[in-house]
Amino acid sequence: MPSERYQGISAAPGLAIGRVVWWRKEQPKVEHYNVSDPTSELKKLEDAVQQAKEQIQYLRNTTAERMGDDAAAIFDAHLAFLEDPAYIGEMKQHIQEHHKNASAVCQEITTQMVEMLASLPDEYMQARADDIKDVGNRILLLLAGITPFDPLTLESGSVVVANELTPSDTAQFPPGVAAMVTARGSKTAHAAIMARTLGIPAVLGLGDQLQELSEGDLLIIDGDGGTVEQHPSTQRQTEARSTIKHHQQLRDQALEKASLDATTSDGKRIQVFANIGSPGDADQALANGAEGIGLFRTEFLYLENDHWPTEEEQIKAYSHVLKAFQNKPVIIRTLDIGGDKDLPYANLPKEDNPFLGHRAIRYCLANPAVFKTQLKALLRSSIHGDLWIMLPMVENLSEIQETKSLLDECRRELTQKNIPFAETIKVGIMIEVPAAAIYADVLAKEVDFMSIGTNDLTQYTLAADRGNEQVAHLYDAAHPAVLRLVKKTCEAANQAGIIAGMCGELAGDTMMAEILIGLGLHELSMSAGAIPEMKEQVRQIHSTSAQKRADEALLQGSADAVRQSVNPSF
Amino acid sequence: MNYEETVTIPNETGLHARPASQVVKTAGAYQSKIRLIKGSQEADAKSLLGVMSLSAGRGDELIIRAEGDDATEAVKALCQLIETQEMK
Repeated sequence: MPSERYQGISAAPGLAIGRVVWWRKEQPKVEHYNVSDPTSELKKLEDAVQQAKEQIQYLRNTTAERMGDDAAAIFDAHLAFLEDPAYIGEMKQHIQEHHKNASAVCQEITTQMVEMLASLPDEYMQARADDIKDVGNRILLLLAGITPFDPLTLESGSVVVANELTPSDTAQFPPGVAAMVTARGSKTAHAAIMARTLGIPAVLGLGDQLQELSEGDLLIIDGDGGTVEQHPSTQRQTEARSTIKHHQQLRDQALEKASLDATTSDGKRIQVFANIGSPGDADQALANGAEGIGLFRTEFLYLENDHWPTEEEQIKAYSHVLKAFQNKPVIIRTLDIGGDKDLPYANLPKEDNPFLGHRAIRYCLANPAVFKTQLKALLRSSIHGDLWIMLPMVENLSEIQETKSLLDECRRELTQKNIPFAETIKVGIMIEVPAAAIYADVLAKEVDFMSIGTNDLTQYTLAADRGNEQVAHLYDAAHPAVLRLVKKTCEAANQAGIIAGMCGELAGDTMMAEILIGLGLHELSMSAGAIPEMKEQVRQIHSTSAQKRADEALLQGSADAVRQSVNPSF
Repeated sequence: MNYEETVTIPNETGLHARPASQVVKTAGAYQSKIRLIKGSQEADAKSLLGVMSLSAGRGDELIIRAEGDDATEAVKALCQLIETQEMK
């Protein structure tokens, strides 16, 4: 068969070769007819419900084992629906009264429930409509004798192909999945972030071209270039396999030295930290040689719950990571809600321009009760390790000062109750608004550290949303204007005698490491999988030539020119 | 035996999925038939979807009506659960 090449969106780097396994979310065809013997239809339904319970219970247990109880909680809701008299009970009654077939009744009642939930005013409830749809679909598949796709059957080396993958889908990938390819999704989609965490190449957004891929087709996936090659020639296969082998060797070498420090060839120490999104990620970060946590996103606590997380719930999550990292720094970022991250129970009003709206520190300062719960939880966790508090989206000195006085208020309240907390806790800010970078020298006097969030800094500086296909090409953190803001921030930190780090995606880009170090960064924080190679990269760099490279980069005409200057094959 | 009481929902988030499932769990421990009534809407307290469909939020008044041998105990247990904000 002739070889074909499809272009999608590069979502997670790496090269892979493997065979297509379609993850189809099948919609079984449902026929409607009357039955003379409702008893046998009832029996069919009961059997299907029982099987569904067993499948979900199994999914629940495996998910809990691999991802923790919080991730598995979704399946508890599914199980509750299968016990619900208004759902399953209603189906049984329908079969008995109307002598209809089980599938037709299941479809009818499920649709009613979906519509009911979708019509509720509350967004959280509306989201449950998807859950009941899932459960209903599972019963219909079982009634039709179709086994739903079981990701645990994926063999090592499979390339998972699906119209769309949700984070809960990717959470079920067994080890050894070679790559993933989807029709929908963008670089910032949660599935893309999961792929990068798992360290498997991903090409998303292939659109209708995805339908050209058939079960069992051999594919070469280039996660960096965002391409999928179908039916590659023998020669291409050999090339790809040898490149993969070479990369693997480099990775193995890097992994062997992952626990060692990263020092440039002339002896400058660079700290390599990990970004994590939940306490469960801490172990992988440590195994990959993280010297600390450069960004612990706390949104999961808020997004996975149907209520404001309590102090105790937060303390459990924070202290787990602090204990795992013993006395290494753990930088915990306070709630970054708003923008594209909505909280159903917070009743956030719709904004015309959410990224320029009421988000992150702005929201927290306007809702001191919510903020103080988190600050107290952080203070109380601080006795378990080296906790640093980081504030997102800061652009005014007053935001830091107000937070500090709230922190003092929390300290007083805890002291009154004789609740212990660490004496000194570093307080720092994310530099992700251009304004903050531009006058970083003023902000630096009020904080203990600054960490550059390149994802938002890039979109705000270049005024380009990378989720928007029309302008995504304009978005590149390597743009000289963004690098100038990085430089400004580093200089301000240096003058104030505080640490300047980076925790955006740019920080994990090995090709850019030389420029970043040349700009004056002391700490780089990235997804765990990227740490070993970054450390190995740092060891090849000489800080004098890095500085020269950085100076040249600042004068380039475009992001592409910057990238070419460090990677001629770009 | 019939018994009923009215409660006002103090919980910040109303009868969301998790509080709702606690209501269902508590109701399930009693033999009596238990109905929750909010205005013109009515739901079986032993059905998660039923309780969720009421979409009861903070400040809403809810009548809890039970019919059966343990009706009084059931209603009192549910009132306590809802009123004391034990639900999170």
